[in-house]
Amino acid sequence: MSESAPTSGNGNGKAKGKLAIYWAASCGGCEISILGIDTKILDVAAAFDLVMCPCIADGKVRDIEKMADGEIDVCLFNGGIRTSEQEYMARLLRQKSKCLIAFGSCATEGCIPGLGNLHNRQEIFDNSYTSETHSTENPDNVRPQAVTEVPEGKLHLPIFYDTLKTLDQTVDVDYYLPGCPPESPRIWEAIEVLLSGNLPAKGATIGENTTVCDYCPRTRKNKKIKEFKRTWEVIPDDETCLLEQGLICAGLATRAGCGALCPQVNSPCIGCYGPNEGVEDYGARFLSALASVIDSEDPDEIDEIISKGIPDPIGTFYRFSLAGSLMRRGKRPAPAATSQ
Amino acid sequence: MAEKIGVYVCHCGSNIAGKVDVEEIAQWAGENLDDVAVSRDYKFMCSSLGQQMIEDDIKKEKLTRVVVGACSPHLHEKTFRRACSNAGMNPYLMDLTNIREHCSWVHKDRSLATEKARALISAAVQRVKHQEPLEPMYVDVNPATLVIGGGIAGLQATLELADAGYHVYLVERLPSIGGHMAQFDKTFPTLDCSACILTPKMSEAGQHENVTLLTYAELEEVSGSVGSFKVKIRQKSRCVDYDACTGCGICVEKCPRKVLDTEFEAGMGNRKAIYMPFPQAVPRVPVIDQDSCIWFERQKCRACEKLCPTDAIKFDQEDELIDIEVGNIIIATGWKPFDSKKIPQYGYGRLANVYTSMEFERLCNAAGPTNGKIVMRDGKTVPKSIAIVHCVGSRDDRHNPYCSGICCMAALKFGHLVLEKTDAEVYSFYIDMRTNQKNYEEFYQRLLGEGMRFVRGKVSEVTDAARMPTEQGKLIVQCEDTLIGRQQRYPVDMVILMGALEPQEDARELGLKCGISCSMEGWYTERHPKLDPVATMTDGVFVAGTCQGPKDIPASVAQGAAAAARVAGMITKGKVMIEPIVASINEQACSGCKICNNMCPYNAIEFIEETETSRVITALCKGCGTCVAACPAGVITGAHFNNKQIFAEIEGALWDALQPAAESSSQAETVPASAS
Ligand SMILES: Cc1cc2nc3c(=O)[nH]c(=O)nc-3n(C[C@H](O)[C@H](O)[C@H](O)COP(=O)(O)OP(=O)(O)OC[C@H]3O[C@@H](n4cnc5c(N)ncnc54)[C@H](O)[C@@H]3O)c2cc1C
Ligand code: SF4
Ligand code: SF4
Ligand code: SF4
Ligand code: SF4
Ligand code: SF4
Repeated sequence: MSESAPTSGNGNGKAKGKLAIYWAASCGGCEISILGIDTKILDVAAAFDLVMCPCIADGKVRDIEKMADGEIDVCLFNGGIRTSEQEYMARLLRQKSKCLIAFGSCATEGCIPGLGNLHNRQEIFDNSYTSETHSTENPDNVRPQAVTEVPEGKLHLPIFYDTLKTLDQTVDVDYYLPGCPPESPRIWEAIEVLLSGNLPAKGATIGENTTVCDYCPRTRKNKKIKEFKRTWEVIPDDETCLLEQGLICAGLATRAGCGALCPQVNSPCIGCYGPNEGVEDYGARFLSALASVIDSEDPDEIDEIISKGIPDPIGTFYRFSLAGSLMRRGKRPAPAATSQ
Repeated sequence: MAEKIGVYVCHCGSNIAGKVDVEEIAQWAGENLDDVAVSRDYKFMCSSLGQQMIEDDIKKEKLTRVVVGACSPHLHEKTFRRACSNAGMNPYLMDLTNIREHCSWVHKDRSLATEKARALISAAVQRVKHQEPLEPMYVDVNPATLVIGGGIAGLQATLELADAGYHVYLVERLPSIGGHMAQFDKTFPTLDCSACILTPKMSEAGQHENVTLLTYAELEEVSGSVGSFKVKIRQKSRCVDYDACTGCGICVEKCPRKVLDTEFEAGMGNRKAIYMPFPQAVPRVPVIDQDSCIWFERQKCRACEKLCPTDAIKFDQEDELIDIEVGNIIIATGWKPFDSKKIPQYGYGRLANVYTSMEFERLCNAAGPTNGKIVMRDGKTVPKSIAIVHCVGSRDDRHNPYCSGICCMAALKFGHLVLEKTDAEVYSFYIDMRTNQKNYEEFYQRLLGEGMRFVRGKVSEVTDAARMPTEQGKLIVQCEDTLIGRQQRYPVDMVILMGALEPQEDARELGLKCGISCSMEGWYTERHPKLDPVATMTDGVFVAGTCQGPKDIPASVAQGAAAAARVAGMITKGKVMIEPIVASINEQACSGCKICNNMCPYNAIEFIEETETSRVITALCKGCGTCVAACPAGVITGAHFNNKQIFAEIEGALWDALQPAAESSSQAETVPASAS
């Protein structure tokens, strides 16, 4: 065991804790990042019994259902809530866990799956199941149904919701761990915090309270921008702040935690670590900061700078945070037929 | 611990109660809003009885927060803060919400106005719970004052303060102080010689031990705030060594280059390339107009340099930036004349003998280009008839909606001067005769007696197209005489257009530098039009004279003196309170991205190189919130306007939308998870 091994492991004679890791609307990257803590995983295994982690271990929902309330010590929950099954699991794990952690961008702010909130279920299904998309072959126009009658009886599929919700829009959350995915060293730091028993106030984000720029070695002089450029348009120099070179770098608005990985390899930050402490709406913050540095007083010129340089405003400002933003979703169309 | 909030809804006589059901709202707030311990309505909350009511409640009911629904915070925020202070409550735990300007004065429908007032009261109640006690800060008042503009208003302010023993920096953009008054011959209604009453004040200001005169200079930049402004002045290059020059005037006399003087002589006379605008100019130090000087044009001449007995001519002199520190600023930048060419049907610029009023001032001035002889453009013919057209560019929606206030009187003054100096007939074409100051109406009666003719009507055209033999070679003034209801044509030799007083071209820009705003037209906005006419919304910045709106000399002088008195009051007090409503940066969390660095309109943000973080210089911050909104990391907090307070306020305003208990968060009935 390494020197930094937790002291509350069974080596100390204490009972092992119970850990659950669950995924909802997410990509699986969070699990990979957990495995990325490398040999420290052994320390985790020493401290906890893994009662559930569909990605890497066997585990049954009914076993969880049988547990006493609060029996699980820590649940790392990644993914947003898009279906009834995910909602059920969120509620179940909330009930059974002492400490529920919204893990990763999907759970904390909706992330890429949350961009689906620009559309509704109907549109998403149309896009996924019509034969018109190149990758789809569905001549009978089969759609997923919540209930399907088959000779053997009824088959159930989870209901697909119109709107993806973040974990804390669904159940009460104790702590947050941002990042898409959270960086392995930050995960280990968070686990150390949990093991230390020295817990932060409920509702806290376990991490930094500054932004990526703080870790970015690039020099900053003067933020006055006449033209936003897209990444393929320039090869930036590797000394100066990327934003000052016209590239929309979200490092300003994005919580530190990654160590400024992207800007250090000449690529602007895209904001995967979410808003900084105390910021209510990531996109609005970032937008108003960028608006402040546009170097023009002339409305027409400003329009030009914006329309040329920011062709995809939602993707630029709300790529990770749409579902968790004040808006939560795009405008709802008139209610459509609800059958799945 | 829950707060105990007192809510007070003001009737403002019938100002609010006429459109808003204040009694019902007060009752509603008491019954429906959480933590409201007392809720009352009252006729005049700002009266001493209203204030007493708040004070008594704070003491008796142990209130911890106060909400007043009344008028604009501009008017009475201080009043109610003071009432809270008197009762021992931190004044920043009070919120004044404006249900007068925002509700009763702008809405017609009583029930809608009432609903809006209800929303505002609810918003204030939610907000006030999150307000935090703040402690006011005090700064010393620098006893020096900056006066911008050396017209009569600025001169008066300067001398009042200088005589009271305080230092004044007087900055004038032209080569000499004096302003427009220096161009006049006589002043209405007393017909004092303008120069005789003005020049003593000019030379007093020029020689006063407490006055630093900076002429041919302009304001470059202002930072800081009341009590301690830092000001940068650009001293334009005169090409003359100010200290070496004795004002002998040899250079001016010998300079071979004559140019049209469009400033002081209003285009009626000439000056040299090196010039003093007029003989009594203060200071008596000429300037070289680099646009007309032969040396700057083609490196020839240097006559002035050769002949100057003190070697004062310095062709390579450069603009100089002078830094000064003052506690207060008085702006007295005056007015500019309306461009009469904007009304082409009056013929100015096209018909030779149509004059602007400022041209005519120079024409009848004894020290003017004709030595005061009233002659036509040919320089010799004495006019036999003169028409004076009122309201040119004033009271005219296409140009300026306002009355310039002084031109009726100036027209009467011109009438008198013409009748005194010539045998010409004088017609005044007026819409209304505005003579409502002391001795003005008497002056009008006097002119009626002197034989000036008055035609009531708006002139539609001035033309030289004759229709009758009697009109041949004349200017014909076409006007409907509204008293007899007939269109008339008046053939005359000369026409004078009484152009409007307009704000200076750069009024807005200068206002911005000093942090004050202008009306739509460009006149500076006073703190209160009736009760605080020389103060502005920016503490320590005052306005005086015509830059605040058209007015005559007596009123300009009165404002100059009033502004000086206000400044003297501040200096005597020694310290001023500055609002603790300022921004602060959590330097631990600041990433040093520098977004905020160029943002602050008051230059209150500095970047600390060692820590690579930004910092707000509290004494300079005005709490405008610009940086708070701009910081992408959200690490700048605006005291009294933090996120919690603003979100609570929004939720309070939307109280009715939030009423029905939020529907269950589940989006559909939950189906059991499929078997695993
Ligand atoms: C034809 C005519 C006749 C009039 N006759 C009379 C009369 O007989 N009696 C009477 O009572 N009133 C008369 N008036 C009104 C009178 O002109 C004004 O009341 C008076 O000039 C106001 O003085 P002031 O100091 O406010 O402005 P001004 O006289 O305009 O002085 C302002 C000064 O500020 C300077 N300045 C402007 N901008 C700047 C800047 N950015 N930086 C530095 N300096 C600056 C200007 O150069 C000027 O010297 C007359 C007006 C007109 C049009
Ligand atoms: S490149 Fe990006 S992360 Fe680096 S300083 Fe500039 S804005 Fe910040
Ligand atoms: S050098 Fe210029 S200012 Fe001097 S005398 Fe010649 S023209 Fe006049
Ligand atoms: S003072 Fe007389 S001339 Fe001047 S704008 Fe007013 S009404 Fe017209
Ligand atoms: S709030 Fe910010 S931008 Fe505004 S004055 Fe203060 S420091 Fe400057
Ligand atoms: S904008 Fe915010 S994070 Fe950036 S330098 Fe200013 S205070 Fe720091």
